[in-house]
Amino acid sequence: MSTEVAEDAVRTGAPPPAERRQSGMSEKWRRRLPLLPALIFVIVLTQLPFLGTLIVSFMDWNSYYPDDRGFAGFSNYARVFTDVNARSAVLVTVMLTVSVVVICLVLGLLIALLLDRKFPGRGVVRTMMITPFLLVPIAAALLWKHALYNPEYGLLNGLLTVFLGDDAPQPDWVGSMPLPALIAAISWQWTPFMMLILLAGLQSRPMDVVEAARIDGASSWQIFIHMTLPHLRPYIELSVLLGTIYVVQNFDHVFTITAGATGSANLPYFVYQTFYTAQDYGRASAAGVVTVAGTLVVAMLALRTVFTVFQEESR
Amino acid sequence: MTIALKPSSRRRAPFRDKADRQGLGLTVLAWAIGLFFFIPFLWMVLVSFRSETDAATNPPQLFAPFSVEGYRNFFGADPWGPLLNSATASVLSTALVIALAFPAAYALSIRPVKKWQDVLFFMLSTKMLPIVAAILPIYLFAQFSGLLDNILLLTIFYTSMNLPIAIWMLRSFLAEVPVEMIEAAQIDGANLRTTLRQVIAPVVMPGIAAAALICFIFSWNELLLARVLTSTVAQTAPVYLTGFVTSQGLFLAQVCAASLVVSIPVLTAGFAAQDKLVQGLSMGAVK
Repeated sequence: MSTEVAEDAVRTGAPPPAERRQSGMSEKWRRRLPLLPALIFVIVLTQLPFLGTLIVSFMDWNSYYPDDRGFAGFSNYARVFTDVNARSAVLVTVMLTVSVVVICLVLGLLIALLLDRKFPGRGVVRTMMITPFLLVPIAAALLWKHALYNPEYGLLNGLLTVFLGDDAPQPDWVGSMPLPALIAAISWQWTPFMMLILLAGLQSRPMDVVEAARIDGASSWQIFIHMTLPHLRPYIELSVLLGTIYVVQNFDHVFTITAGATGSANLPYFVYQTFYTAQDYGRASAAGVVTVAGTLVVAMLALRTVFTVFQEESR
Repeated sequence: MTIALKPSSRRRAPFRDKADRQGLGLTVLAWAIGLFFFIPFLWMVLVSFRSETDAATNPPQLFAPFSVEGYRNFFGADPWGPLLNSATASVLSTALVIALAFPAAYALSIRPVKKWQDVLFFMLSTKMLPIVAAILPIYLFAQFSGLLDNILLLTIFYTSMNLPIAIWMLRSFLAEVPVEMIEAAQIDGANLRTTLRQVIAPVVMPGIAAAALICFIFSWNELLLARVLTSTVAQTAPVYLTGFVTSQGLFLAQVCAASLVVSIPVLTAGFAAQDKLVQGLSMGAVK
């Protein structure tokens, strides 16, 4: 205990003389007290429900057949892994997430590099770039579904008419290519997010070193490959992992634009449908647990990356 | 660069001219990409101020007579209940988040508990659990306790959803408060509450404001929980927007007006917190 206090005192600079005199409560608990309400709140409201999901996933429970409730063993999981729709949902989730994250990363990096230079109207371009991200997700999804993708009066087919004349092709974007339609709409919203993180990374570069390299005759390309990219690495990792975590959970766009039609349901939408429409609680929970297991791998990587950035920062 | 652009014609050195042309090209490219991303939004604003017949034309018109038909139809359908519900849930949960996160951030930075790093990463890990994985027990609990379609239950869950983000953000702000200031206050006999409220809060106010704006945005945007937990009485603005998912004849101007009106609080909060947006979204990892 005494060494602990000493260590803590070193961390905070000096011993807290006023507090030690105050009451009989031990120093340990006095430190914990301000944290406890928030900690208990988060544990109860996020961990308990998940525990509930875990329990229900081992039960036969469909609210249309309330009398058949009971222990099911692993049968819900077996059904999730053998069900065509569930397997398709896993595949869609992976494809959707990977495509969106790659597109957002490439575009985001390009735009961040462009915005890192000073040029007339930089603030305006930056503001225009952020705007897609500041729409309510379902509002953005409605915009893409009705104002852009609609085969009769959407802007995309309208532009085809403008440029190719009256007999221009008028594809049904959502119906004929649901996944690319989703990928485009989601990427539009998340590219600004990636761009902002990468731009913050670019602007934290020590410019004197870059200037020195330039004076020594390094080309822009050499500076980019040997100085900018290595410096950006933690930021790239962070944006990819956070982007993945947000996009894996995407529900609003799938719900709005395709409603899971023609094999475009991802795992969150599949779980929602199984639980909300089919009322199959057992199977929905098993699918939910599978989603978590998938996210966990990414989450572990994400936590490690954040931790690295975190430690560099607190050094 | 801006200065270098203008006198380029007067300067004779060929090297400079080439660099300037390149700079101009990059500027044009930046503007082009910015506009490309902005056009869907611009189109939404334009269409929202048209009559329904002018909104749904093919080929599209760049300029059409001004009309507020879309807004009239949207507000005519009485969206005030849902908008008010969203405001209630977002504002209340944000206030609750700050009230809980501020002391917690103190216990994780200024006078840290022993395992403060573990606690921080536990907080972060809860953000990585997809909401779908918890939604069924939450729904069953709501049904069991009679809190289904009650805005207060939604408020509570929005609080737990945003608490980890706020703790991370506030912690990174509190870490910058000079320790001497806090010590001086405590030597003068200030207790924790006074220290937090009168010494630390004024210094980190910009950080608190940014964290609050970001929590507000996340609550306002949320759809899945609201869709499952609310129906007629407590439905929020995003749930109200789900009414526009299936096409209903000529309604494009109204859809655009509705989407814009519902997004205005987020657009406002987002531009206000622009500089801190990254920090909030990356849980304070990026400054």
